[in-house]
Amino acid sequence: MNPRLAKALVNGLLLGGAVVALFPLLWMLSVSFMAPGEAGALPPPLLPAHPGWANYRELFLRAGMGRYLLNSVLVSGAITALSLVFNLMAGYAFAKLRFAGRERLFRALLGALMIPTQVAMLPLFLLLKYAGLVNSYAGVVMPGMAAVFGIFLVRQYARGIPDELLEAARIDGAGEWRIFVRIVLPLLKPIIATLAIFSFLAAWNDFMWPLIVLTGQEHYTLPIGLASLAREHAQDSELMMAGSVVTVLPVLLLFLSLQRYYLQGLLLGSVKG
Amino acid sequence: MTAGTRPQRLRRGRWLAAAALCGAWLGGCAPAPPGQELTFWTIGREGEAIVQLLPAFERAHPGIQVKVQQLPLTAAHQKLLTAFAGGSTPDLSQLGNTWLPELAALHALEPLQARVDRSAVVRPDDYFTSIWATNVIDGTLLGVPWYVDTRLLFYRRDLLRQAGFRAPPRNWEEWRRQLAALSDPPRHRYAILLPTNEYEQLMSLALQQPDPLLRDGDRYGNFESAGFKHALAFYVDTFRLQQAPPISNVEAGNPWTEFGRGVYAFYLSGPWNIGEFRSRLPAAQQDDWATAPLPGPRTAGIGVAGGSSLVIFRASKHKDAAWQLIEYLSQPAVQQRFYALLGDLPPRRSSWQDGALRDDPKLRAFREQLEHVRPAPAVPEWERIANEMQLVAAEAIAGRLTIDQAAAEIDRRADAILAKRRWVLDHAVPAPTREHPP
Amino acid sequence: MNPPRAAWLFLAPALLVLGVFFLLPVLGALVLSLTDYDLYALADLHNLRFVALGNYWELLHRPLFWSALGHTVYFVAVGVPLSMGASLGAAMLLNSPLARCKPLFRTALFAPVVTTVVAVAVIWRYLFNTRYGMANYVLGLVGVHPVDWLGDPHWAMPTIILFAVWKNFGYNMVIFLAGLQAIPPELYEAARIDGASAWRQFRHITLPMLKPTLLMVGILTVSGYFQLFAEPYVMTEGGPLQSTVSVLYLMYDEGFKWWNLGSASAVAFLLFVIMFAVTALMLKLSRHGEEP
Repeated sequence: MNPRLAKALVNGLLLGGAVVALFPLLWMLSVSFMAPGEAGALPPPLLPAHPGWANYRELFLRAGMGRYLLNSVLVSGAITALSLVFNLMAGYAFAKLRFAGRERLFRALLGALMIPTQVAMLPLFLLLKYAGLVNSYAGVVMPGMAAVFGIFLVRQYARGIPDELLEAARIDGAGEWRIFVRIVLPLLKPIIATLAIFSFLAAWNDFMWPLIVLTGQEHYTLPIGLASLAREHAQDSELMMAGSVVTVLPVLLLFLSLQRYYLQGLLLGSVKG
Repeated sequence: MTAGTRPQRLRRGRWLAAAALCGAWLGGCAPAPPGQELTFWTIGREGEAIVQLLPAFERAHPGIQVKVQQLPLTAAHQKLLTAFAGGSTPDLSQLGNTWLPELAALHALEPLQARVDRSAVVRPDDYFTSIWATNVIDGTLLGVPWYVDTRLLFYRRDLLRQAGFRAPPRNWEEWRRQLAALSDPPRHRYAILLPTNEYEQLMSLALQQPDPLLRDGDRYGNFESAGFKHALAFYVDTFRLQQAPPISNVEAGNPWTEFGRGVYAFYLSGPWNIGEFRSRLPAAQQDDWATAPLPGPRTAGIGVAGGSSLVIFRASKHKDAAWQLIEYLSQPAVQQRFYALLGDLPPRRSSWQDGALRDDPKLRAFREQLEHVRPAPAVPEWERIANEMQLVAAEAIAGRLTIDQAAAEIDRRADAILAKRRWVLDHAVPAPTREHPP
Repeated sequence: MNPPRAAWLFLAPALLVLGVFFLLPVLGALVLSLTDYDLYALADLHNLRFVALGNYWELLHRPLFWSALGHTVYFVAVGVPLSMGASLGAAMLLNSPLARCKPLFRTALFAPVVTTVVAVAVIWRYLFNTRYGMANYVLGLVGVHPVDWLGDPHWAMPTIILFAVWKNFGYNMVIFLAGLQAIPPELYEAARIDGASAWRQFRHITLPMLKPTLLMVGILTVSGYFQLFAEPYVMTEGGPLQSTVSVLYLMYDEGFKWWNLGSASAVAFLLFVIMFAVTALMLKLSRHGEEP
């Protein structure tokens, strides 16, 4: 094949793919600024005739989207912070601290990854019901406080820490906790960023469990609020698009600014330990 | 009821309920107000209208603040049960009367008879008899009817006249003749729209029959009865004769404009559509449509006793306040305002004695039919059975089952769903001597 | 503090969380699936019966379970190859020395992955609206009759598959890209000197070298696709004619709509068993056959 043609073909295909990938997102953004009813015309308009913030005003002032946004930030933030601490501790222990049954326990945990989380949902609901945690932030946050995948990720990375470093500190009489905080954590910085963005995105986008455990509107996270709006106001496409923008934009921006860490985690997680 | 499957209101919403919620939340940040906060769940579009009625109530009861939460129709059932299981039920709620038996079985609802006896506002004899009866489960009154709903015929008077019919059909035979005359499938004209995913239409036809839908103390399905098969055959034939398109309400899209354009001459639906047709059809067309009691096998006017009630949850800490709100919403004057806002029909005869409700010709058929409505079976499983009934009926419409096969299949599914109920009924021992199940 | 004790202290919080909120409930689900926990039992635990494998037996005789399984298998069988094909294709394009602005394209192609399923499903619902949707409009320009994407039982699942592929292909693309970059360029060099065509290079170098990655990605994607739920929940509510009810959708309806926790747990466990079997089969086949 003619190299010039090949080059055009490769880049043309990439461009086409990028358009397909981005078009729905750009269209969402555009429609969210249209006047009510504007998008329901033929041919479908690509750009708003008179762009305005009316849909967003409606969302925040009347539809309670601000509350959902706040809930999402709160819940995802709490899950990220707590799971970060717990996963880092466990991952480090699996990588660097010797104890009987370490490998077997770790393999058992990896095996548990095979079980779809939905299997646990029904009894978990009953458990939280008896604990009085249904329809509370804690009901969403607590099951997310540790994740096998996160532990795995930390272990993969922490195995690269030289043992001599830790031994030297132990000989100097440093306690295990002190070693973890002073020596290990600084070395784990890149993976902390990775894990944080991973956890945050997963928590933000989580749907099924919050849908089950949050019964009151005042606790809804964005996806649940949006799904609920979508059932009530299916016809208001412009408004729904604005809701989608509010839901998607924060994570998209987060991803764009921390892309490097995210992709690194993705690759690290996909390599067999 | 029907809230469960009632088509969503497609109007550009004004989000008032949500606004109230938002306001309540912001208010929550201010120093705690004295008095009590009532949580009130509404299902579907009622929440939008209710917030306009609340300021007057809150002015009259300064100690009470009402927080409205609007549940989407299609998620309401799940939310109510989950809330009960999770111990987070509201103080009071709107509840479709087919869902009452379920929450009654859970002992989730507060009995209301004593409060009604003391009440100067809620007068049982003023309510439509069958509608009131749907709120009495196993002899206990658990709800007060809020609005009523029955399905009947909307029809295009002009189209009927053009086809040579001076009056809407009174019985199935006349109806079939008119359906045939008004259908023209090659031109995409069907006499009637019966969305295949809504069970209310078939249920309305089935309730007109002398045979009950369940038998032996609601222990088994009774769908192989001659009466049900007769109704099912009439329903399915309407599709087979291409007098109704075999589509669901998702595909039907906007039935109002299509009714206006004459795609359908009949529409079997509920009272909220009076408002929809008034607002969606041009003024010039307003005289072309009318309502008529549902044609029966022999005579017209029997339909399903649907609607929503107001219930108080047993777990509520503000039952007296909740009852005050129910009494307020039950006042004929408030019910008339509610009708004006939303078009929901009041359940009290006295609410119908004034103004728009008395004089509106489009409402006359409803008023007439409401005296002859029949309730769906009052078992917790009914919603599931009705769903299965409709799914099997859709198979019959698609030609995959004959009427006899379909009836047998519905019975089979209903019997399976009712198995636990039979066991519970057979093992119901007086509480003190109750033992662990074998 | 000696290291073993410290290790357990470090592990304790995470293990506690996983134990209480995951392993315990999983065991609970197993027990629950052997009972007829339902609305009546919720009202009064005296109405709870031990039914042994009754729930499983009933499920296996229930047409809806089989159709839900059928829809899920359809989704997996069509969606996974499509999704992986798209991922591999995009990765190879990005890996091509001819491609320009690679980071930009990579980010663009990856963007759908990080979006929220519910939000983008809402977008797709409008794009694929029968009357006003962009999809039908564009098809109409080239003379194709409007398709009732989400309203026609034959089209609803393909539309959802299309959506899932769009949403997910970027993830595997990044993994494949790393795998491709790890293949030594000399191999291609040698093949080119031997006069091997592009297809032969792909068939005899790229695929064999990527085999471990393909297998792992395949297994992860299959188990991910088996867990179909949010897409039909938002886009079709399981309809039309229940043609998009997946196994998990059935579990959700059974459990939280009708409150039959017993049979819902049985659904969840059956799904687990099926996923396990399929994954094991994939591993076994990959060890036997030459095909990755």
